[in-house]
Amino acid sequence: MATPTQHPLPRAGAEGDWSEDAIRQQVNALRHKPGALLPILHAIQDRVGYIPDGAVAIIADALQQSRAEIHGVISFYHHFRTRPAGAHVLQICRAEACQSMGCRTLEAHIQQRLGVDFHQTTPDREFTLEPVYCLGNCACAPSIRVDDTIHGRMTTEKFDRLAEQLTTSTLEVK
Amino acid sequence: MATRIYVPCDTTALSLGADEVARRIEQAAGDRGLSIRLVRNGSRGLCWLEPLVEVDTGRGRIAYGPVAPEDLPELLDAGLLDGQPGHSKCLGNIEEHPYLKRQQRLTFARIGLTDPLSLDDYRAHGGFEGLERAAGMTPQAIVDQVRESGLRGRGGAAFPTGIKWQTVLNQPGDQQKYIVCNADEGDSGSFADRLVMECDPYLLIEGMVIAGLAVGADQGYIYLREEYPVAHRILNQAIARAEAEDYLGADLRGTGQSFHLEVRLAAGAYICGEETSLLESLEGKRGLVRAKPPLPAIHGLFGQPTVVNNVLSLATVPFILARGASTYANVGMGKSRGTLPIQLAGNIRRGGLIELGFGITLREILEDFGGGTYSGRPMKAVQVGGPLMAYLPDSQWDTPMDYEAFAQIGAGIGHGGVVAFDDTVDMGEQARFAMEFCTVESCGKCTPCRIGSVRGVEVIDRIRAGEHPEANLALLEDLCETMVDGSLCAMGGMTPFPVQSVMKHFPGDLKG
Ligand SMILES: Cc1cc2nc3c(=O)[nH]c(=O)nc-3n(C[C@H](O)[C@H](O)[C@H](O)COP(=O)(O)O)c2cc1C
Ligand code: SF4
Ligand code: FES
Repeated sequence: MATPTQHPLPRAGAEGDWSEDAIRQQVNALRHKPGALLPILHAIQDRVGYIPDGAVAIIADALQQSRAEIHGVISFYHHFRTRPAGAHVLQICRAEACQSMGCRTLEAHIQQRLGVDFHQTTPDREFTLEPVYCLGNCACAPSIRVDDTIHGRMTTEKFDRLAEQLTTSTLEVK
Repeated sequence: MATRIYVPCDTTALSLGADEVARRIEQAAGDRGLSIRLVRNGSRGLCWLEPLVEVDTGRGRIAYGPVAPEDLPELLDAGLLDGQPGHSKCLGNIEEHPYLKRQQRLTFARIGLTDPLSLDDYRAHGGFEGLERAAGMTPQAIVDQVRESGLRGRGGAAFPTGIKWQTVLNQPGDQQKYIVCNADEGDSGSFADRLVMECDPYLLIEGMVIAGLAVGADQGYIYLREEYPVAHRILNQAIARAEAEDYLGADLRGTGQSFHLEVRLAAGAYICGEETSLLESLEGKRGLVRAKPPLPAIHGLFGQPTVVNNVLSLATVPFILARGASTYANVGMGKSRGTLPIQLAGNIRRGGLIELGFGITLREILEDFGGGTYSGRPMKAVQVGGPLMAYLPDSQWDTPMDYEAFAQIGAGIGHGGVVAFDDTVDMGEQARFAMEFCTVESCGKCTPCRIGSVRGVEVIDRIRAGEHPEANLALLEDLCETMVDGSLCAMGGMTPFPVQSVMKHFPGDLKG
């Protein structure tokens, strides 16, 4: 099996997903808000898929803060990433209610099946695996989240079917 | 007339296929030439029955559940579209269901009945009555109502809401003031905030507007956890519709008062549920905890007087204003007044949301409502109140749900989440997880928490590996004490609680 990439390179064409101008526009649209930094970071990550290095200087300039301050905020929050992710971000809930329903077994299965550990992206760039601590679906545990969809009462078999569906549907789109 | 059919749209129902269920019902009705009106309602909170489909008949709302998409052909043949009984998944009139019927729903009275985004539904079910009353009162009279209701913050610390509001009201009126709703709901086992936001969003909006009138604040923020994409979408739509009908904005329903509201998305940090860390985050900074004093009520968001309240605390306010402080205060026990929304989760047969007056015992909840474990095996431990709270053994399950009674056994109610574990759980592993969670989520500002939790994981690993277990247990005890006494906030200060409870009640598991 190919070794997973800890810090995958951008997908071909990913550089084209953003330009300094596009980021500047995004920043300018939000900078007037009190406490604008989190909304700005969300907007950039939603659009580009991550916070590119080049965005930091633009944000720092617009908010009149140092680049170190902006980096400090990005690195504090688990949600923000500074490298591109796979086609799907897959989060496995590791919190207590899901533990009580066997999420550790599920987690081991998913890692084994995808061949990656947490915070890694599969070699085919389909999935980036992340831990999450509670999706609020605790009465129907264990839960996972794929992009913005939450799936409850997850089992290893259900996961395999879902992974199959997700990879075939992405292929169709391409 | 078209038959009304309800399919919920909250996260849990969606996570089990509700969209597909709704699609197939509409298609089947079309195929059969039947005229139906499909309503995407909120959830009744009977999570183990989701997706719970209801059909409005002359005999009340007949429910079926849990309805997986693959069950539909059979259910449709059995007459689901006109609410025929007989099928094993038919639950009869849902209002008569014992799980619902035994509850005392004050805050959650409307939840599950209506289309969450319909203002007409909201008004038809008593919505905005609290706001109407409040609009005719002085700020002090509103605060007095909240104080007399005995409402204590439902976010965890149980601080009296009326006193917090009074402090903000007492700050000079020429200052900008803020209402901040803590919707970070980070505790495992908790989902009541999510249900309010997804299933009755105008209730939270109404509560926040009343809070604004009470203390003289014209700007509110809902700090919402990023892990709740459905709540995010619904809240934003609800705010837009409330603005369009002047329940939010520059001139609230012609009163001349204004209140603006915005959702701010968090970014996946548990500590940002702590109120001062939350304020830092809202200001666009790292979520580092601030030392108190000064209190946020005096020096809060952007240095201004700020009410920070949990979703449930704010969502309780409309009832108090509409029905009177004493109606609310008459429910409950001791100094725990009113109702507690309890969330039953984990390894439990009937998980869901239960709203009841304070005072019911934990065992009644686990057995009468929960019906034992999901796996069918014996129950071994229960964690109430989230990852920073104690694990309770069987001998403590007769404790009544009451802030003081729980404090007496060294436990807490927190946000009301109850997580059950069966006898396959390894409590040593749970103790280790408590420390590990703190290493991941500590804000890093103080040493006992930042370093202590890392050492805690190491010591527990050594104990479990059989390395000088007695000496290492003594060390763990010492470490826990240091964290409790030396941490700046409850993250480091309470992480030892689950660990200590395992040392005390499940010592065999810890030594592996
Ligand atoms: C580590 C930590 C996490 C917290 N997380 C939350 C949370 O997710 N939601 C919440 O309402 N309160 C949370 N709190 C409690 C808040 O600090 C604060 O007490 C609460 O928002 C006040 O609102 P209330 O009085 O309405 O409960 C947390 C506290 C700590 C120490
Ligand atoms: S106890 Fe932990 S989370 Fe709280 S201030 Fe200290 S380091 Fe931060
Ligand atoms: S603990 Fe996993 S969804 Fe809440």
